[in-house]
Amino acid sequence: MSLIHSLHVSFVVFLLGLVGIYLNRKNIILVLMSIELMLLGINLNLLSFSVSLDDLLGQIFALFILTVAAAESAIGLAILVIYFRLRGTIDIEFIRLMKG
Amino acid sequence: MNLFLAVFAALGISSSIMVIRANNPVYSVLYLILVFVNVSGILILQGLDFFAMIFLVVYVGAIAVLFLFVVMMLNIKIEERQESMLRYVPVGAGIGLIFFLEVIIALDKEFVPLNPLAFTSLDNDSALIPEYLHWGTTLGQKTGIEAIGQVIYTYYFYYFFMASFILLVAMIGAILLTLHNDPKVKRQEVFEQNAREFSRTIQKAS
Repeated sequence: MSLIHSLHVSFVVFLLGLVGIYLNRKNIILVLMSIELMLLGINLNLLSFSVSLDDLLGQIFALFILTVAAAESAIGLAILVIYFRLRGTIDIEFIRLMKG
Repeated sequence: MNLFLAVFAALGISSSIMVIRANNPVYSVLYLILVFVNVSGILILQGLDFFAMIFLVVYVGAIAVLFLFVVMMLNIKIEERQESMLRYVPVGAGIGLIFFLEVIIALDKEFVPLNPLAFTSLDNDSALIPEYLHWGTTLGQKTGIEAIGQVIYTYYFYYFFMASFILLVAMIGAILLTLHNDPKVKRQEVFEQNAREFSRTIQKAS
């Protein structure tokens, strides 16, 4: 199992998440999913380096990134739900109005 | 081993392309689950069995199901996005290509000579680089979860503590954001239903 292949996979997944944020700016749920993809790529990168360098800190850091990813998606989806309840739409063009 | 890696990588990358290209958000969530499953397969190939399980449990079991709930609850219409795609593609593809080439070149040029340990598998380059003996594995072995547990409760307990607080804040925040008492919503009052008498509620209209 070589490091380089795994790094390529993780980097391509990260890049696809970045491109997904750029391409799906109109759909905020897809933006959140793209953020999850980027966090997944970063996690895979940290874990690959942790295995390759024989350092345990990468795995611990990946565990914390997993925690932050779970918290972020929960908070983001909760905000999305209350916004939908308030406005009846989640179009990103109306979200720029800050007045509740 | 390399065949499995190729299969997992190809499936993961193609399904993550489908995540950002699918028209229906439900299909996007399902492809996201497929990406997580393939990445945890790659982690199993690297020997990280605990993290593969954690990825399946947390990502698929918590995050993807949460996304699925929200997508189905919000009742979003499938939109047409052909015109916006064609407008954004040239700039996005250009920036993405530049970034991609930068990192790919950096990975192939920089990391290979620095890491002789990375080529202990059945690659072609393994004949050129001498294999080192892992003295640590000959002396004593621990499973991955055991090693993590020995470190995370002692040296890194502060970060562990902070991670638990982050989860607590996220849980309380999500509950506080979505909980609201609407007087129009009819709820079931079990005590009132049990205490209600037939003779008082049903009356004969003369």
